[in-house]
Amino acid sequence: MSAAVGTTSASEVQERSFAVWQERVRIRVLSKGRGPSLVFFHGPWGLTWDPFLDELAQQFTVYAPEHPGTTPDAQDDVYHLDGLWDLVLCYDELMSALGITSAVLVGHSFGGMVACELAAAYPDRTRRQALIAPLGFWRDPDRIVNWMMLEPGELRRHIFRDPECDAAHRMFPRADGHEAEAAAARVRMIWAMGTTGKFIWPIPDKGLKKRIHRVGAPTLLVWGREDRLVPPVYAEEFAGRLRAARVQIVEDVGHAPQLEQPTTVARVVREFLGQ
Amino acid sequence: MKISAFHLMPYRELPADFEKRYESVWVTPPWWELADARRVGQYYNWTLDELTYAAKCGFDGVCTNEHHQNAYGFMPSPNLMGSVLARATNDTDVAIVQMGATLPTSNPPLRVAEEYAMLDCISGGRLVAGLPLGSPMDVNLCYGITPMEHRERYREAFALTLKAWQAREVFSWNGRYFQLATVNLWPRPIQEPHPPVWVPGSGSVSTFDFAVEHDVCYCFLSYSGAKSAKTMMDGYWRVVEQKGRDLNPYRAGFLQLVVVAESDARAEEKFARHVEYFYHKCLHVPGMWFSPPGNQDYRSLVATMSNPVRRAENPKNLRYRDFVDKGYVIAGSPATVRDRLKEEVIQGLHVGNLMVLLQIGSMPHELALENIDVFGREVLPGLRPVWDDEGWVNHWWPERLRQRAQPSMAVAAGGA
Repeated sequence: MSAAVGTTSASEVQERSFAVWQERVRIRVLSKGRGPSLVFFHGPWGLTWDPFLDELAQQFTVYAPEHPGTTPDAQDDVYHLDGLWDLVLCYDELMSALGITSAVLVGHSFGGMVACELAAAYPDRTRRQALIAPLGFWRDPDRIVNWMMLEPGELRRHIFRDPECDAAHRMFPRADGHEAEAAAARVRMIWAMGTTGKFIWPIPDKGLKKRIHRVGAPTLLVWGREDRLVPPVYAEEFAGRLRAARVQIVEDVGHAPQLEQPTTVARVVREFLGQ
Repeated sequence: MKISAFHLMPYRELPADFEKRYESVWVTPPWWELADARRVGQYYNWTLDELTYAAKCGFDGVCTNEHHQNAYGFMPSPNLMGSVLARATNDTDVAIVQMGATLPTSNPPLRVAEEYAMLDCISGGRLVAGLPLGSPMDVNLCYGITPMEHRERYREAFALTLKAWQAREVFSWNGRYFQLATVNLWPRPIQEPHPPVWVPGSGSVSTFDFAVEHDVCYCFLSYSGAKSAKTMMDGYWRVVEQKGRDLNPYRAGFLQLVVVAESDARAEEKFARHVEYFYHKCLHVPGMWFSPPGNQDYRSLVATMSNPVRRAENPKNLRYRDFVDKGYVIAGSPATVRDRLKEEVIQGLHVGNLMVLLQIGSMPHELALENIDVFGREVLPGLRPVWDDEGWVNHWWPERLRQRAQPSMAVAAGGA
């Protein structure tokens, strides 16, 4: 199971595939754990089962779907979706297929925006949500860097506070005699950026501000103090509009706090979602 | 052989350290620091004069193109330029080659169909309708089109344009990207069933397929010369053959940079710094910008990444003599230029529609006119008959201009 490579608990991660959207969009879902349902929406760089998800799986049944187009051998399925509305409806169908009536949602970056859109569209499906450095708003003085146009080295420095950390090496594997694997990882990452970018290009503000008032679920916003992609000021955009929101700034991490400090972030998220 | 004069309309006076001081020549170069609107007005008029002069010097066509937010070549509306050229050349047999207006950024794309029809009417049926996809910098970065939708939009707009020119009845277009309840184009082009269509590309296999399937002329717009284009163009001709089309050289167009002077040495003296300006400053764009994620479909992406082919050399490391040796620029005396164009480009790539870029980078107006003049008098006549004895018909050229027997008009150097 390629999605579980590099974790210590590969054997426990389950993998199921679903076809939604008149069976035109195939989505693979990785899952693990016991307890209430938790749906995790990954960011612009694709899904990898990681230590953070392992930690969440100790308390929840974690379902982590792959964004349409990022599931192996189903790359072109994304062309069946024309916009955010289609994507949100797809995930509604997927939750039904998983037998989930309501769940807690966790989303990172692009996935944070997707989770929040889902919570706005279907308030009854979301009990609580934790959004980690979510996209969804735009402030002219705090322009969000277009990560899709960065060279790999720059991108790495924008995602991670410490570009040499283990998580950074996992996301950007060195060639070092494994050129084919490194090229495959690069293809996965570019395609993941393309398929997620389809829903947010050229500015990741697609009208959440008109819909976010519909969210009823208490929301935790987790932000890295040193996020160089989506600066922490964006937490205010969410907190100011949500009925019940708490902001947790995490020190010494960048745009992927759950990858740089999985234990700390998982603890905060579990405490909040478990309430 | 049909030979057209191509023009980018670059900013000709960027500072010497431009590429060190600024991120890019495209998308982000700061207008207020770098440019002057009155000077730019002068450039536009020089550009029009240079192309009009080429028409007088016996070139078969004059080419304009569309780009945005840059100092590399900024005709945001090629049809404004084409309109002036159409009017100014009404007494000649020169084709108005629009290379051209970008379909995916025109909304609705009928605007391109209408303006091209206007140009064909104004020029008396002399339009060549270039229908480019547009560069990622223009379409995705400047005009905000989602990379993953770029090609889909193009294909839909292309089909709509062709239908709008030809439909005998009013029709509805219920597309994915464009919905129009009542399409009824006014005016229609003079040329029937429609003006010849050229599709410019930069070597992507999906564009080869598209061009051959639609039986249009594929134009490789290259700045790296025929040597590096050889593999790609051979690939194009294989697709032509596989799809059962004939090997008519007029199915292919190619853009070549050319500078010509009394001798090879004089060419270097006159043009070296302008050529270097072009490659060092006008092409100063971050590599990632040429390929935003999603712009290539998955198959092409895998092919590109698993086969990191001829990663083009960084032109900033090359100097004039390198550009000439490698054929990026064909330079020298009329005999040198004629022979190299004939062997490397026309015969080497099997090309019937040649475009030559004669105003390059910082080249000033008078020198550009001189380059055009010498090329028109001493190079062009020797190339025109290349394909004549094979009897091919250039279906991708305005019909009334195909049989042109064009003696170059005697125009004194720099005498526009």
